[in-house]
Amino acid sequence: MKLKKIFNRENPNLLAIVIILIVLAVVTMIVATGLGPVSVSPQNTAKILISQIPGCNNLFEPTWTRVEYNIVIGLRIPRVCLGMIVGASLAVCGVTMQALVRNNLADPFILGVSSGAAAFATLGMLFGVFSFLGTYSLSISAFIGSAVTIIFVYMISRVRGRINITQLLLSGVAISMIMDGLTQIIKLSAPNALGLHNAEFWMSGSLAGAKWAYLKLPLIVLIICMIFLQINYRGLNVLLLGEETAGALGVNVKLLQKELVLVASLMAGVTIAVSGTIGFVGLMVPHFTRLLVGGDHRKVLPISALLGGILVVWVDVVARMLIAPEELPVGILTAIIGGPLFIYMLKRQTKEK
Amino acid sequence: MKLEVKNLCYSYGDGDALKGIDLEVAEGEFVGLIGPNGSGKSTALKNIYRGLKPDSGSILLDGEDLLTMPFKKSALKMAVVGQENEVPFDFMVEEIVAMGRSPHKKLFEIDNEDDKYMVHHALEHLGMENMAKKNYLHLSGGEKQRVLIARAVAQESDFYILDEPTNHLDISYQMQIFDFIRRLNVTVLSAIHDLNMAALYCDRLYVLKNGEIVLSGTPEEVLTEENIMNVYGVRSSVTTNPITGKVSITFLPAGINK
Repeated sequence: MKLKKIFNRENPNLLAIVIILIVLAVVTMIVATGLGPVSVSPQNTAKILISQIPGCNNLFEPTWTRVEYNIVIGLRIPRVCLGMIVGASLAVCGVTMQALVRNNLADPFILGVSSGAAAFATLGMLFGVFSFLGTYSLSISAFIGSAVTIIFVYMISRVRGRINITQLLLSGVAISMIMDGLTQIIKLSAPNALGLHNAEFWMSGSLAGAKWAYLKLPLIVLIICMIFLQINYRGLNVLLLGEETAGALGVNVKLLQKELVLVASLMAGVTIAVSGTIGFVGLMVPHFTRLLVGGDHRKVLPISALLGGILVVWVDVVARMLIAPEELPVGILTAIIGGPLFIYMLKRQTKEK
Repeated sequence: MKLEVKNLCYSYGDGDALKGIDLEVAEGEFVGLIGPNGSGKSTALKNIYRGLKPDSGSILLDGEDLLTMPFKKSALKMAVVGQENEVPFDFMVEEIVAMGRSPHKKLFEIDNEDDKYMVHHALEHLGMENMAKKNYLHLSGGEKQRVLIARAVAQESDFYILDEPTNHLDISYQMQIFDFIRRLNVTVLSAIHDLNMAALYCDRLYVLKNGEIVLSGTPEEVLTEENIMNVYGVRSSVTTNPITGKVSITFLPAGINK
């Protein structure tokens, strides 16, 4: 009953929802860290984690084994954290792109942005174009790839100042095919240059290779982009009313659109560089968020971020448990869940027209 | 002078849509923009309310150059009710109206009691207070239009630009909306499709044809049988209605001679 009051569509209690979701996210991280081909009990996981905090290292008698410690600290925690960050970034990226094209069917995967990022990242690796940037060269080439794709898709689907949804989806399909083709060619012609990140990784997405070092850049980008978007939530709302109306409501539309392209490409690029293509998160999460709290971006942004993180972490748990000791790429699972939802939303949208 | 437009030109890329338009709106006036479909009414208004950027020409709002004004500032000076009323996402009526408050808000400011009061007040003004929590997508055309006017009211500016606000609405809503806007005592520049409506509500009219202003003046001066023939190519009978004292136009179908 209380819960119903908090999630009341007409007047949702934003603070309560965010706190509940943060608690849920923390619980998710602890439980998910323990789950996998080798399971560690949540108590032990929590104890191992707490003993990492400076000053708490002698709080508990070590009831865990060395192996458990190594799994938790070396493998699972970075993976779960990466899942949280990637999920949040993809969901928020989805929200941003949907505001940009004024349609809730936009998603980095569907519009080919992921493929663009992957193709540029592989190209970058092969020719070492951005190698002077060191560790971040991969992320930066992925960012450039996503920016190029977003701009392309956006320009192709704009007909007389409006985004045409058919053009949008079709140009997304075409561009992702072109980009995937590029990635394949690169993979086949220079198999050795690709090292850990093979084409399969780019196309189906996986969190399996997570390392602590992968977390920093996506986290920083996520935080910066979230702050920017949260400050501009009114602009995002007004943009949904149409470009012309937005101008009359005090928004510098051209500038905001450019900023949104930048934000969306940044988030998509750095995420995809570390996790490959995990599709449909940016479609599913904003959709459910809007069912919960409506379309106001002040609420949609933080809630999408939290839900996105939680979703990806759990899907990743399933991905590593389902056919253990083998692993499913997490992107395959999100596609299997997200694809039907996309078809349903497409159907519903065409019915409304 | 509230609004002064001089030599406004705009092109969509395929031929000129506006070929040097001059128009003026004085404080407190209700000015109508009429003309056949595709004559450039909507394009002219979009240039004025900053939905499009003019190719050349000048627009002064309250004596200041509109084209270099910050968007927030111009949004405080003029409110727009356009034709575009599809919103792709699930918003409640009060959320749509609250968007009218956005030019008043600073970067980190969230909606306060004043904003809530203004939103409530605007909805009440339009007799929509019961619908505040309704989903905008589920409203009828007339109700949607009223919500957009409420948004303009919440914006608290004293100059309204209306882009055929009563298009596709039945006559009761058309009258209701124009009556309401008249009662607000604001300056209005409106594109109007229906000539009789224009005659009833406007102080002055501008006639656009093929991207040019071809006529201007009071409704009595502009709406003559000869002008209507020249601009629209239809025959009509124009009389003065004894009750309203305004001109009243009856269009004559083929076969009826005067």
